[in-house]
Amino acid sequence: MPRTTRSRGRARWAPLLVLALVAVVGAGCGVTRGDPSKDMTMLIPNSPGGGYDQTGRAAVAAMEANDITGGTFEVHNITGAGGTIAFSELMRSDDEHTMLTVGLGVVGSAYSFGLDDKLQDATPLAQLIEDQEGILVPADSPYKTIDDFLEDWKKRPDQIAVGGGSSPGGPDHLFPMQLAKTVGIEPREVRYVPYDGGGPLTSALLGEKIKVGFSGLGEFEGQIKEGELRVLAVSGEKRLEGEMFSKFPTLKESGVDLVFTNWRGVLAPPGISDERRDAMIAYLEEMHESPEWQKALKDNKWIDEFKTGEEFKNFLEEQNARVEDTMKELGL
Amino acid sequence: MDNLGLLADGLGAALTPENLMYAAIGVLLGTFVGVLPGIGPAMAVALLLPVTFGLEPTQAFIMFAGIYYGGMYGGSTTSILLNTPGESSSVMTAIEGNKMAKKGRAAQALATAAIGSFIAGTIGTLLVVFFAPILADFAVTIGAPSFFAIIVLAMVLVTSLLGESKLRGWISLFLGLTFGLIGMDLNTGQPRLDFGRPELGGRLDIVIVAVGIFALGEALWVAAHLRRKPLEIIPVGQPWMGKDDWGRSWKPWLRGTAIGFPFGAVPAGGAETPTFLSYLLERKLAKKKDEFGNGAIEGVAGPEAANNASAAGTFVPLLAMGIPVTATSAVMLAALTSYGIQPGPQLMTDHSDLVWTLLASLLIGNALLLVLNLPLAPLWAKLLSIPRPQLYAGILFFASLGAYAASQRAFDILLLLVFGLVGFMMRRFAFPVLPLIIGVILGPLMETRFREALAISGGDLDALWSEKLGVGLYVIAALVIVVPLVLKARRPSNPSDPDGTDGSTGPSDSDGSDNEKELVH
Repeated sequence: MPRTTRSRGRARWAPLLVLALVAVVGAGCGVTRGDPSKDMTMLIPNSPGGGYDQTGRAAVAAMEANDITGGTFEVHNITGAGGTIAFSELMRSDDEHTMLTVGLGVVGSAYSFGLDDKLQDATPLAQLIEDQEGILVPADSPYKTIDDFLEDWKKRPDQIAVGGGSSPGGPDHLFPMQLAKTVGIEPREVRYVPYDGGGPLTSALLGEKIKVGFSGLGEFEGQIKEGELRVLAVSGEKRLEGEMFSKFPTLKESGVDLVFTNWRGVLAPPGISDERRDAMIAYLEEMHESPEWQKALKDNKWIDEFKTGEEFKNFLEEQNARVEDTMKELGL
Repeated sequence: MDNLGLLADGLGAALTPENLMYAAIGVLLGTFVGVLPGIGPAMAVALLLPVTFGLEPTQAFIMFAGIYYGGMYGGSTTSILLNTPGESSSVMTAIEGNKMAKKGRAAQALATAAIGSFIAGTIGTLLVVFFAPILADFAVTIGAPSFFAIIVLAMVLVTSLLGESKLRGWISLFLGLTFGLIGMDLNTGQPRLDFGRPELGGRLDIVIVAVGIFALGEALWVAAHLRRKPLEIIPVGQPWMGKDDWGRSWKPWLRGTAIGFPFGAVPAGGAETPTFLSYLLERKLAKKKDEFGNGAIEGVAGPEAANNASAAGTFVPLLAMGIPVTATSAVMLAALTSYGIQPGPQLMTDHSDLVWTLLASLLIGNALLLVLNLPLAPLWAKLLSIPRPQLYAGILFFASLGAYAASQRAFDILLLLVFGLVGFMMRRFAFPVLPLIIGVILGPLMETRFREALAISGGDLDALWSEKLGVGLYVIAALVIVVPLVLKARRPSNPSDPDGTDGSTGPSDSDGSDNEKELVH
């Protein structure tokens, strides 16, 4: 009798044993080393695989590979409300070991959601990268140059469906609106279709559901290389680098007086000590010099635009003012 | 046919003992993480991505594939056993699966889910191998109007699930649609129905709603009645699927695959709609209609096959066009990039060896999932022999943990409790909960597609029937409404045919003493 009960008992606990085993294997893969008091948290304001996630995780990987902080990083994705949930969490925090990856989209969402705090009210640490926007059309679009498009657009802005990978307030929305205003189109007349990220935008362009797309070009490299999508212009001050991308003219070259860039950077909670802020900026400066980071910049086609502390804070203030202007003009 | 040779090469490259070990670790880790509600395959792959940095691309892919399929399967395990779906695509599994478990047929439900997933995943992967480029070209032509039509069709079908009291059913459905409105409006970026709480600024997590309504609501209901009713022990039942189970499962597996794969292959098709359509289809086709709502194996086999086929389908846009359509494929794409592989149309030609290895890995991961999980099914099922108070305490713990794990916010636990209370009250007043869940899932999809179509057309309603596929779907929807009416008119008095009016209702459960008001039809 005891024998049978024993074997039954074992059978019942077998699944738990398996789980325990897996847990051990899982834990073993993420061995913590170094001083736990130096461990840090990186908050990411969108889902795994998104733009903020890639930038934030690349920075963390470069810091960990060089043991810059002396501890390990835990990465948390806090999704929702265009990044404002993660930002609000940061504003409530006083943890000197927390950072948040942010970008232009979070500025827009903070405005849309009527947050009292602006990004500059946290402790700005550093801008990490800059990303140009591109103007994309499907291969057999009648628009061969940016002038073709702008000419038609000026004639009938309310007839031409354009799209982007972000909802109003995000970079892919702000860019066409500022472009419209620059060339003398009333932004409210623009027929803008928001898509949930680069994937759906790509299929809308390839399926010719919309005429023109506005987005960062990194996600479209494959289609551009294959000739399925064409780039009419890029939005930065200078042309992009690389054999393929350097062919695309900037808006300025094409006679449109607009420079627009998307960017991402890192904030710390408000009210942390100056020494701690300087220490964290120093981590990021060291990270910026690392070969891992330089490789990440190259792999992702990010522009190396690094500024820290006060300079980054001023930049945030200026960005915030610009976003508010555009959104108010649209009545949003 | 060339493709078959390339796949064989891929299998050759992937099938080494060492790689099989990585696949096994991946499947175990994936299942383990997937069992936690709130942590879906995307989060699992993202969490485990750093682990693979030291590995060769081949090994990393094999591990991914294992984690991916393991994560998907883990979600259905908890759906069936504990009524706590781990992710939105296994919500439909919980409905019949958990009923089966309560009747002592958990092992069969788990087995049909595992085998169905395996079959669907394998067929799906083979379809990717042979048709990815062709399908990809066709898939992008399907636009918002057709998607909207699919959801309209789904909504028409929902009416058959409203239950005995149509009024209660409609209320439940519209409650769900209202919950679906909460969050940021994609077209204006403005928050809706957020009551000033930034936590409500995002769309409600379907997992939290489903776990709250299903698991928490039921736990509260059981707790409220424990003292009045004698404790029932869940029978242990047979450990394996019987002949009858096989006979009833194989068609739903194939039909589920056929429904699921196209949704994955079409960018932004999603895995929820096909699971739901498969469930409805099985319900319509079932010979024993009264078993639906009381643990019909078809209702597990179909949706489980559909969600795995859809998962395999997502590799069509990912590999052929470089378009990630789910969070998981976005993470996979990031992983590909980190190996210097540029996703896009030329991926199939430039890195064909790696692509074939990846596809071979999917087949291996899928097979290992079956090998590891099928023997475990009877063991998992024994979890239910835990006495009820302890079992429900465990479910509550698990549900809260999952709600918290999804984004580490205490607010989500509050939400879970609120939905738990809603679920409890609905049971108390005999409201069916299924229409509510469907409203939460389909409402936002319907709205997004509708507004996308109108944003493109500048508000012109003609855009809604501008695609042939869409028009075809409207015709089907119209037939679904009209045909039963015509049939009814032709056979005006046939009292022996109760299905003529409404084949879906009636809690004619054989073990009627248990939760007679629990109308999860």
